[in-house]
Amino acid sequence: MKKEKIKELIEDPNLGMTLIVKTVARITIALILLYGFYIIIYGHLTPGGGFAGGVILAIAYTLMMLAFSRRIALVKLSDFWASIWDNIGMLAFIVIGFVGLGFGYFLFNFLSKGKPFSLISAGIIPLLNLSIGIKIGAALYAIFIGLSIYGRLVLEEEE
Amino acid sequence: MGNIAMPLTVAIPMLFAVLILVTGKFWRGVGSYLGPLAAFIILYLSFVLLGVKDTTYIMGGWIPPIGIVMVLDGLSKLMLIIINGIAFFSIIYAISYMSKYTAQFKFYALFLLMVAGMNGVVLSGDLFNLFVFLEIASLASYALVGFGVESEELEAGFKYLILGSVASIVILFAIAVVYNITGTVNMADVANTIGNPMLNKAVIFALGLFIFGFSLKAGLVPFHAWLPDAHPSAPAPVSAMLSGVLIKALGIYALIRVTFSVMGAPTEILSIIMWLGVVSTLVGVLLALGQYDLKRLLAYHSISQMGYVALGIGLGTPEGIAAGLFHMFNHATFKSLLFLDAGSFEQSTGTRDLRQMGGLMKKLPITSIGTLAGSVSISGLPPFNGFWSKILIIAAALASKQYLAAAIATFVAFGTLASFVKVMRFSLIGPLPKIYQNLKESPFSMTFSLLALSIICLISGLFYIFLMDSLFYPATNAILKQSAYISMVLGIGG
Repeated sequence: MKKEKIKELIEDPNLGMTLIVKTVARITIALILLYGFYIIIYGHLTPGGGFAGGVILAIAYTLMMLAFSRRIALVKLSDFWASIWDNIGMLAFIVIGFVGLGFGYFLFNFLSKGKPFSLISAGIIPLLNLSIGIKIGAALYAIFIGLSIYGRLVLEEEE
Repeated sequence: MGNIAMPLTVAIPMLFAVLILVTGKFWRGVGSYLGPLAAFIILYLSFVLLGVKDTTYIMGGWIPPIGIVMVLDGLSKLMLIIINGIAFFSIIYAISYMSKYTAQFKFYALFLLMVAGMNGVVLSGDLFNLFVFLEIASLASYALVGFGVESEELEAGFKYLILGSVASIVILFAIAVVYNITGTVNMADVANTIGNPMLNKAVIFALGLFIFGFSLKAGLVPFHAWLPDAHPSAPAPVSAMLSGVLIKALGIYALIRVTFSVMGAPTEILSIIMWLGVVSTLVGVLLALGQYDLKRLLAYHSISQMGYVALGIGLGTPEGIAAGLFHMFNHATFKSLLFLDAGSFEQSTGTRDLRQMGGLMKKLPITSIGTLAGSVSISGLPPFNGFWSKILIIAAALASKQYLAAAIATFVAFGTLASFVKVMRFSLIGPLPKIYQNLKESPFSMTFSLLALSIICLISGLFYIFLMDSLFYPATNAILKQSAYISMVLGIGG
């Protein structure tokens, strides 16, 4: 149902930019999303982290909105769910902090630190990066929805 | 290791704010249950912390100056009581008051975020975290000022946003300068390495930036332009929080912490703070005298009363600082009481214009008692609390041979009395306009807060000696004993 609607909207030539832009965007959006998650997941090992990766995630959705029109982006991820993901990211961060309280300190790094420079290491830091990434990605996308809320009315005579 | 209640005063309001945001999407009324619950928990925690010995809390087990540290001393305890007490009464008041607004759960979430930010500011042990929490509280308050989304409120919110952001950037820049000089942002470590601040021109520059930024947050003249717009436009509980707590926690508290605990209170800087205070008292009261908009009048009085606090602090003597802190406590109680009263009047009569009110004593007895108590306190009539703190400030000014400052402070006290006689004359007595024949008293949650704050105004006036000994002199000691602060945080010397 949702897939059919998206397909219909994508093929509508009146929505979004030209076919060239749409074709290029269709490939790059997936790559940008992948790169965003890479930056988040390797946040504790390489430069970057939750905030930078979250911004890249938001950029992917913003590109979708620019290339394919606002309506398709809102079908993919509505403002309601963007807000929910935003809150869940922050909630996850605070809950991890509270769990650390059980081990003696607020935000205590209670997980095993693992071997340095391997992907699963550094205890809670990758989890915190992930929650920040989700929060920032959803929040920036929601801000972009808010900024693009105004449009131009198309009068009947113009058509 | 410290007391576990210290991080919880910041973490619990944040947790509840997010919980309200998540569940509010599905159940709109959740805020009016979880909000007051969170406010009650942190009020309880701040009373618990009042009885705890001065201590530090090390975040995540990283020792200072490498890790983040929270510091609890006499001043922080006093500020926690003020912040969480006023927040509790404001949020109880808001249960009825906010029911006419849409998206209530967002109000409660923003309110709790603001409280969390302020608790963080007063507990933070390093300059950068102070800045981060200051931004959390400020950003929440920008949104709360524009909460009514009418044109006037949005304009005030936007003006506040621009000026507040300028102050934040200036503060961040000052922190960067300090970090460049000392290589640390831990306040105790900065104080330990910086030596005499007046010998280094870069430190003097940073101090100037700090004074500019924090004075703007505190609404001192000549940085007060945002305050008379922002405070009246916000919903009444938010006005009470902004005027009663926010300008103190983000402005005066941070100013005290930086000038006394970090920089060791150079006399030149203290006299700048004192004269900023004197000018604020005078300008604030003169601007207030001509106002007929009740909440705007109260906002101008906030400038004037914050001037008293800055005057007391700027004297630099133990008596002056204790009197200034006492006035800060009193101003939090009576100004939030008066703003809540103004909200109650506004909700019943639909206007803030004093000329359209009159004779409301008969129709709104409890709100009127609150207004009376608040007006008497702020005008400085015994036995209410405002009298004692003002007379102590004036006496401290005389004792430090600041005769001009004392004379201006005395004159301003009469100006305050005059303008609140006007408030009482126009709102409480006189003929009742015909349109107000069927007015009803505000609901219980509003009158409860008004009565409770009125009683606090009276009791803290009657037992002021007890309060001075138990709250304000310990806070003064914490301010003046810089070496004790350093050794407590860094664990050296003592």
